Amino acid sequence: MSFVSVRNLYQKYGNRPILERVNFEAGEGEFVSIVGASGCGKSTFLRLLLAQEIPSKGVISIAGAEPAKEPSLDRGVVFQRYSVFPHRTVLQNLVAVFAMKNSLGMLSRSEKKDAENAAMTALERIGLAHMKDQYPSALSGGMQQRLAIAQALLAKPKILLLDEPFGALDPGTTANMHDFLLELHDETKMSVFMVTHDLEEGFKLGNRLLVFDKPRWDPDFPDAYGATITFDLDTNQDKSTIDHIRETSNVQ
Amino acid sequence: MRWINRKPDHVSQIILALLSFMIILVVYTLTSQARLAVNPSDKLMPAISKIIETAGRLIFEPDKRSGEILFWKDSLVSLVRICIGIIIAGVSGLFFGMAIGMIPYIRAALSPLVKVISVVPPLALLPIMFIALGLGETSKITLIVIGVTPFIIRDLIARVDEIPVEQIVKAQTLGANTFVIAKSVVLPQIMPRLVSAIRLSLGPAWLFLIAAEAVAAEAGLGYRIFLVRRYLAMDVILTYVIWISFLAFVMDWVLRKTSENLWPWMESKS
Ligand SMILES: Nc1ncnc2c1ncn2[C@@H]1O[C@H](COP(=O)(O)OP(=O)(O)OP(=O)(O)O)[C@@H](O)[C@H]1O
Ligand SMILES: [Mg+2]
Repeated sequence: MSFVSVRNLYQKYGNRPILERVNFEAGEGEFVSIVGASGCGKSTFLRLLLAQEIPSKGVISIAGAEPAKEPSLDRGVVFQRYSVFPHRTVLQNLVAVFAMKNSLGMLSRSEKKDAENAAMTALERIGLAHMKDQYPSALSGGMQQRLAIAQALLAKPKILLLDEPFGALDPGTTANMHDFLLELHDETKMSVFMVTHDLEEGFKLGNRLLVFDKPRWDPDFPDAYGATITFDLDTNQDKSTIDHIRETSNVQ
Repeated sequence: MRWINRKPDHVSQIILALLSFMIILVVYTLTSQARLAVNPSDKLMPAISKIIETAGRLIFEPDKRSGEILFWKDSLVSLVRICIGIIIAGVSGLFFGMAIGMIPYIRAALSPLVKVISVVPPLALLPIMFIALGLGETSKITLIVIGVTPFIIRDLIARVDEIPVEQIVKAQTLGANTFVIAKSVVLPQIMPRLVSAIRLSLGPAWLFLIAAEAVAAEAGLGYRIFLVRRYLAMDVILTYVIWISFLAFVMDWVLRKTSENLWPWMESKS
């Protein structure tokens, strides 16, 4: 039994199929990049993995558990924007990881101390210790995303889901963030699913790359069919396919 | 240069602002003088000096019959009414706004009801309230509450809807239950919105208060101005109007400062 298993997944919005017949297995610790044309359903796939939405058909199972009905501690997430809490300082954003688990959202004095220590260690690790009392609006885009990733990892999820986490950053910052994320993945050996619109980024970061595309296409009814996984490759072995994917699947 | 691009400097801004007040004051004084020259007992436009004199008497001299200074009594009574009304409206608006905004079952049950209630003109309900609740404090406070709560609820629902779904999902992935999401994610972000909704409601709240006091009361700022209207006591009315405007201004200012001090992250966000 593999760590993440997706079987015969369909998702429709109204009558419009978005994803169809998606089948996929991944082992623990894999870093899976997901690319595809704009609007083909990559974020939808991630929302399904996150259990933010329930599929029309099919099953997603993580670590052998029953299919989830709503997001939970098992799945960590970082979105392109709005992933940190704007009304909490940088430090409080990380302390929240420990407080929110509590059914009253509270920490005892000693728990709070431990939480702050763990949060400070994480802040030092991501180079934001000097910003601990700032609100997120005072951070640059790259710093906010580092904070969001640290926040998600501190909760120790079974899988980490990233939806174009670097999509809003400038190229220099993005390169730093790549190194940061790869280091974290090496340290934690966490299973990661990352949606990106940048094929190079997908190749560089993932050890595996999924391409979503519509295998069937009716020129009169472009919405008649949904997308599915059209390529599933090992990024270490299949470097030559990058041009082939570019030609066939309308991704950059 | 186009007029839309010409900007007054700081000093001109102050001068221009004062100028508009001065013009009104001058026009008033001249008209008043002209009228008093024709008819020295004219009550409609008392001289500024007369208003100041009356104001001094109202503020400092106790009433002959009761020994109380009616001006302060009226102010206290009205302020208590409007503050209780606003507090009840704010608390219930916050509770229902968050509940309807966050929980789909409660939204399905209550959102249509709130929409219907908010189109009923509150003043039309005033007679019903006097009949049902009597002429005492309850009916006046209820009018304020009914008048502004639907607006606050609807405003807060919209604010809850504005919170990016990403944050709500994020909180769930950190293990937060509904209560914790309400307490730690929604409430802190909605509090500044509540304060601005209350600030916007202050105008209507004063309107409802004065209307209710005008119809039936034994004291209160609205009661007094409608009472002395019978004697055409413009000097008293004008003093009270200026005082009410000042109170409304101070309440708004206090709320704004509170918001700025308590939620600094709001300011830097926009
Ligand atoms: N809740 C929804 N209801 C109806 N349609 C939706 C919903 N969410 C997404 N869609 C539609 O489903 C399709 C896939 O959306 P999705 O966001 O998954 O695409 P994407 O591959 O992530 O695109 P992008 O590269 O632009 O982020 C889009 O056409 C979108 O309009
Ligand atoms: Mg997307």
